[in-house]
Amino acid sequence: MTDVLAVAEHRQGELRDVSRELVTAGSELAAETGGDLHVAVIAGDVDAYAEALSLEGVDTVHTVAYGEEFNHDVYTQVVIQLFDELAPSYLLTPNSVNGLDYAPAVATRLDLPLVTDAIDLETAGETLVATREMYGGKVETTTEVEADTVAVTIRGAEWPAAETGGDPAVEAFDADVEEGAIGSTVTGFEEVAGGDVDITEADLLVSVGRGIEEEENLELIEKLADALDATLSSSRPIVDAGWLPANRQVGQSGKVVTPEVYIAIGISGAVQHVAGMKGSDTIVAINTDPNAPIMDIADYAIQDDLFDVVPALIEEFQ
Amino acid sequence: MKVLVPVKEIATVEDEFEIDGTAIDERFLGADLNEWDDYAIEEAVQLQEDGVVDEVVTVTIGDEDTEQTIRQALAKGADRAIRVWDDALEDLDLLDVGAKVAILEQVVADEEPDLVLTGVQSGDDSFGATGVALAEAVGYQWAAVVNQLDLDGDTASVHRELEGGIEELTDVEVPAVLTIQTGINEPRYASLRGIRMAQRKDLDHQTLADLDVDPEAIAGDLNLTAMYEPESESDTTVFEGSADDTAGQLADLLRDAGVAQ
Ligand SMILES: Cc1cc2nc3c(=O)[nH]c(=O)nc-3n(C[C@H](O)[C@H](O)[C@H](O)COP(=O)(O)OP(=O)(O)OC[C@H]3O[C@@H](n4cnc5c(N)ncnc54)[C@H](O)[C@@H]3O)c2cc1C
Ligand SMILES: Nc1ncnc2c1ncn2[C@@H]1O[C@H](COP(=O)(O)O)[C@@H](O)[C@H]1O
Repeated sequence: MTDVLAVAEHRQGELRDVSRELVTAGSELAAETGGDLHVAVIAGDVDAYAEALSLEGVDTVHTVAYGEEFNHDVYTQVVIQLFDELAPSYLLTPNSVNGLDYAPAVATRLDLPLVTDAIDLETAGETLVATREMYGGKVETTTEVEADTVAVTIRGAEWPAAETGGDPAVEAFDADVEEGAIGSTVTGFEEVAGGDVDITEADLLVSVGRGIEEEENLELIEKLADALDATLSSSRPIVDAGWLPANRQVGQSGKVVTPEVYIAIGISGAVQHVAGMKGSDTIVAINTDPNAPIMDIADYAIQDDLFDVVPALIEEFQ
Repeated sequence: MKVLVPVKEIATVEDEFEIDGTAIDERFLGADLNEWDDYAIEEAVQLQEDGVVDEVVTVTIGDEDTEQTIRQALAKGADRAIRVWDDALEDLDLLDVGAKVAILEQVVADEEPDLVLTGVQSGDDSFGATGVALAEAVGYQWAAVVNQLDLDGDTASVHRELEGGIEELTDVEVPAVLTIQTGINEPRYASLRGIRMAQRKDLDHQTLADLDVDPEAIAGDLNLTAMYEPESESDTTVFEGSADDTAGQLADLLRDAGVAQ
């Protein structure tokens, strides 16, 4: 029997989607062996979160009312104490920016093998088998973990969110947070500047990635956007390089867009990019690499050099 | 103040490739400095140029071939480099986070840096976890996914880039490990002078025994058992033909969809 401890995530008063996905992943794992699924929720309005987390498959929700927002020292201490108390086999956390700010520390302290960014999990007897990507999504791998206890961070949007209500026990966990060991203080939040254009409003997005190579070449994509009367957006490297302002960035740390048509030009389709555009009605990819992940999620693909295709496309609309 | 920058040489894959067992066939692999580490080096070198930092040391777990990448870091301004390699590492098909930490924690113990700047993740196996795991192992504070850093005495004031265009402002006590996100600065190209100077900089090779690393600790519990190309999730229509042909088909599609005239 293997019990699972999953740690929910919330920010600024909202439970994040991945929390319900963790419940699905956790309850699948627990069900495979007849174990229990424990969910922990730390900081903020834990009672409200516990109610939202009262989902089918959850046996117990452990609440820890300490602080308002995420603090990695608090999370690390509390999760370690819960782990010691419940002695689960698997620790599941989101592979989010905050998940990666405490899960590796917990794994180190508890001496647990750590598998990050899992997109699928199975058990084969005592062995946990995790599916992960490598090389920016060009290949998938399976990793077997030979240990009784394992820490896993799961990728968002890979498991369906648990929605059916359940009736778990809700228990306040009496964590003993050592204040002296808290060496980091969250002093606030800041939203990245809005700017001139709202790419989330566009019906047609022409989006450019590192395949454009040089800043001078950006003009070509701007010309295309003009010819199509489309809005210009981009992947992260273009913004990192300062070629376009931050409000044009599509993805996990940029904007989530849902245009009628999204044309990805010279963009590989890394998971953090796809997180921002997979809801587009129609996805078109122009890429020289047939194995780029974007070619798999695209509805229409052109496997060719953008420097040949884009001029021809501009021509079509002049 | 001293900064340690763990630098990884990542494997890059050609557009067309073949898989051989649980690895990409070597014929289709290249090597590059991990993108995130490039930003970490730049951040460290800028701190040195600002007079906040006296020494920038890089550390790489990698075989002799990785020296070309290490020299790149030296050419960009790092003062000296440590390369850890050992026959015992040769046979591992996966160097997991626990193994990296077992090695890097000994380097931190020897070097006693005030700051360790890792990348957020490696571009090839993408664990995204080494920095924070290392911090806990050496008893340093930490912050993951840092896209702005200001040092003021014993406090590092950082911005952590969360999802959805939100940044968290956090004060972290030094010594600390920070995992550096792309975009935090503009990495420089190595100058010719830098490249020449890099040839003369110290690049010190250490074995596990030199570092007192227990070989047991690097065996790891993770075993790669399969590697394959992912199955396509959607029905993709591939437009065939010359650039004019495919552009024409795409133009029709856009007109039919009513998003362009
Ligand atoms: C915490 C975190 C958050 C992140 N957030 C984001 C985010 O919000 N948005 C984002 O986009 N990324 C984000 N990233 C980065 C992400 O992991 C990738 O590094 C990035 O998306 C890659 O951008 P790209 O596809 O433009 O570049 P690459 O991956 O380098 O792809 C370039 C593509 O261009 C193709 N190409 C090259 N030349 C040509 C040509 N002549 N014609 C046609 N095609 C060509 C290549 O085949 C390749 O597929 C984040 C990463 C992390 C760790
Ligand atoms: N082999 C290595 N040698 C030196 N540093 C490494 C190595 N692997 C990972 N790192 C460091 O850890 C960071 C995160 O890597 P990872 O956790 O493997 O995704 C990298 O950006 C490097 O700074």
